[in-house]
Amino acid sequence: MERNLTRYRKKRYVMFMVIFFCAIGLCGRLVYLMVFRSEYYSTLATDLQQRERSIKAARGRILDRNGVVLASNRSVCTISVIHNQIKDPEAVIAMLVEELGLSEERVRKRVEKYSSIERIASNVDKETGDRILAYGYSGVKVDEDYKRTYPYGTLASKVLGFTGGDNQGILGLEVTYDSYLQGENGTILTYTDARGIEVKNAVEERIEPKNGNDLVTTLDYNIQMYCMQAAQKAYMQKNADGVEIIVMNPQNGEIYAMVDYPEYDLNEPFTLIEDYKMYAGTAEENKYQNQMWRNWCVSDTYEPGSIFKTVTTAASLEEKLVSLDEHFYCPGYIVVEDRRIRCHKTVGHGSEDFKQALGNSCNPVFITLGLRLGAERYYNYMKQFGLFSKTGIDLPGEAATIMHSLDAIGQVELATMSFGQSFQITPIQMATTVSSLINGGHRVTPHFGKAVSSTDGSTKEVFSYEAGKMICSEETSLTIRTLLQYVVEEGGGKKAYIEGYEIGGKTATSQTLPRSDHKYIASFVGFAPAGEPNVLVMVIIRNPSGIYYGGTIAAPVAREIFENILPYLE
Amino acid sequence: MAKQKTQRKRAASYFDYNMLFILIVLIGFGLVMLYSSSSYTATNKFGDSAYYLRTQIKAFVLGLVPMIFFIAVDYRVWKKFGILIYLMSFLLCFAVFIPGLGVERNNSTRWIKIGPIQFQPSEFAKLAIIIFLAMVIDRIPKQMNKTKNLLKVLVMLIPICGVIAYSNLSTAIIVVGIAVCMLFVASPKYKPFFGIAAGGVAFVVLFISLATYRGGRIEAWLHPETAGDKGYQTMQGLYAIGSGKLFGKGLGASLQKLGNVPESMNDMIFTIICEELGLFGAICVILLYILLLWRMMVIANNARDLFGSLLVTGVMSHIAIQVILNIAVVTNTIPNTGVTLPFISYGGTSVVFLMSEMGLVLGVSRGIRLETMEE
Repeated sequence: MERNLTRYRKKRYVMFMVIFFCAIGLCGRLVYLMVFRSEYYSTLATDLQQRERSIKAARGRILDRNGVVLASNRSVCTISVIHNQIKDPEAVIAMLVEELGLSEERVRKRVEKYSSIERIASNVDKETGDRILAYGYSGVKVDEDYKRTYPYGTLASKVLGFTGGDNQGILGLEVTYDSYLQGENGTILTYTDARGIEVKNAVEERIEPKNGNDLVTTLDYNIQMYCMQAAQKAYMQKNADGVEIIVMNPQNGEIYAMVDYPEYDLNEPFTLIEDYKMYAGTAEENKYQNQMWRNWCVSDTYEPGSIFKTVTTAASLEEKLVSLDEHFYCPGYIVVEDRRIRCHKTVGHGSEDFKQALGNSCNPVFITLGLRLGAERYYNYMKQFGLFSKTGIDLPGEAATIMHSLDAIGQVELATMSFGQSFQITPIQMATTVSSLINGGHRVTPHFGKAVSSTDGSTKEVFSYEAGKMICSEETSLTIRTLLQYVVEEGGGKKAYIEGYEIGGKTATSQTLPRSDHKYIASFVGFAPAGEPNVLVMVIIRNPSGIYYGGTIAAPVAREIFENILPYLE
Repeated sequence: MAKQKTQRKRAASYFDYNMLFILIVLIGFGLVMLYSSSSYTATNKFGDSAYYLRTQIKAFVLGLVPMIFFIAVDYRVWKKFGILIYLMSFLLCFAVFIPGLGVERNNSTRWIKIGPIQFQPSEFAKLAIIIFLAMVIDRIPKQMNKTKNLLKVLVMLIPICGVIAYSNLSTAIIVVGIAVCMLFVASPKYKPFFGIAAGGVAFVVLFISLATYRGGRIEAWLHPETAGDKGYQTMQGLYAIGSGKLFGKGLGASLQKLGNVPESMNDMIFTIICEELGLFGAICVILLYILLLWRMMVIANNARDLFGSLLVTGVMSHIAIQVILNIAVVTNTIPNTGVTLPFISYGGTSVVFLMSEMGLVLGVSRGIRLETMEE
């Protein structure tokens, strides 16, 4: 038997110490990893373990001035799949194809894609979402979401605009006031295992969503609705290309209604309207969608025609170049330089005073006034009236005025400008300018946004639109109102006359370019009460069939609107 | 003669309860951690959160049989069986490659199946080598002075190590490690062991760089973040360790065990201990092993003969090597190699043979003569 010698013990002791120091070294390594590198690794670990699930915030509603809801939300579902939780991919694909009506190829691609979560479809009806949930397939996730819904479909479609898949504003007020309407999505941070399944009983961090604020607009549901019907009627009767109606308060720029018929269904914004149906599915579909979404009142320009004579009148009155009792003689034309510019009444209006000249919408008289003003003065007045800058309306895509440069305005150009031809402005610019000229002379900013209120109804912010600078004297403004009241009561605007109401207004018939097409735009702008106007109506009928005179076809539309809204506004 | 008798009686009455107590604590703690780290996988795979726990407990109970056997039987008889045990383990390790007996798992055949029993012969080989080497050294203790003879003993191990290394390099390294430790204790010299250590490191480096499939491990060790799939396990382990911080997330609260750390109840169980119990818990575990090893050293130093002390030295080096390698691997201190954490990691064969080894050590402790006991 060999003895267990001391030298063996010593060696064993050395061995133990080596082991001990190895252990100390490893403890040191652990201290390094768990104290000094701990933040680094635990952050990476949390990134891996935590899943962020967002809780959608409801988008704020859009209300009319009386609280009628014009845009709201309804609950819809977002369907997504989590690749590594799916047990029976074929069944899941078949179910999704059937329930969502998507192509199998598309669904298969998403289902078979190796990713943590893949979105299959959004804006799915809640009932469909509930049905999909009821199948109980693992790996299929149904998240509730909100979809924008417009209770009145086509009502004020070009004003309100619509939202996209992520509930972001795409057009119209939805874009302008997007930052107010957008809520803040909340999040749930959950811990998941390696397959992405949430860990039960794990601490869940939750950030509550903040719903968007409601936008109170200046629109009036009743007026808007009535105007749309009136526009539709005119559109059908006159087989027009389009009918625009703007109803606004000339004192403060609040817009009560803005119609650009044909309107489209806001709940189906990508479906082409009846007029463009034939382009559906063609390469031009997109072009016609844009056409259909375009708000002609704001984004397009036209030659305003005779309505612009109010501008010429205002400038002449400011410069005292004409008095109301001055007499003119219209032979049916006027010669400017080498051109003979005809009056619309070819035999001539004969002798007339200024008031009658406006009532007759007599071109030679206004050409005379324009020439008296001279290009520079006339140009400066247009600038002073705000015609060269945008109105600042709270809709996206406002078009700018198309105007000659001052150097290019010769006598002929000046003559045509005097009765509203050879340059282009937007309808809203025309309506705003007339409003400003008749309201006592201060420039207004046309607008829809009135206030923002939180979901509980308390007002958070009231938008203020300061009264702009004076663009003409009150005296001039009063004179114009009197003159325009005369136009409706005894002149070319007679068809807008309503017994018992003081209505002022001006008609216009302008020929569109190219002149050879013989296409016309009939328009009328009217306001009431003429003494102290609180409502202005502008009607534009584009390319009507048959009679195309503004006084004949646009004025009656305005009268109908006045008949209905004047009692209502009182 | 009479004196001797009383001495024997007293000798027989000694038993190292200190070590037994440490062992029980370690096993109990190990089972708790095994349940914590395996319940998620067990639920997913078998629908029973205690599946691995139950299997492990069965292995411990089964391990009690050889353990008590080794305690009861006088360890000196094993001297006679040294060569037989060596041959037996060689054959078993070789049997892994016999079709019908060998079972392939994770691309390696490390298991054999005889009837309902399935086990890893390489685990048995560790015990076999300890007994075999103790026997060899006990026969020629004086010749351990010469480096040449040390090498001769190592050469005797080449066949079995070769067979093991073919399918399981880590176990082969452990076996060689055990042998070197035992020779180190037996030899009065130091110098040759520096040479052997250097040679061993050189061999491993050469082997790794030659075997292309292991080459990626070096890359994964140096840059686990960018090594892709190969660095995945390491990174997941480090995430778990790092997120444990000082006091851990609390028992059972690991998130990395939820499918992120592969082998979370096996080679990587220490990372879950770190995550749940923190630096504090991890150091306690290391301390527990140190205590166990210290008790073994005391037993070995007091063993009544060289054979007994060498047996304990072998077991001690076995446990120490595995603990150090395992923790070094999971903390990415050395390149990844599959080594389990004794008594804590899941594994039936390993548990049964560890229990046997513990029986052997406790058996040696029974032979200690109290008057000469020194601590």
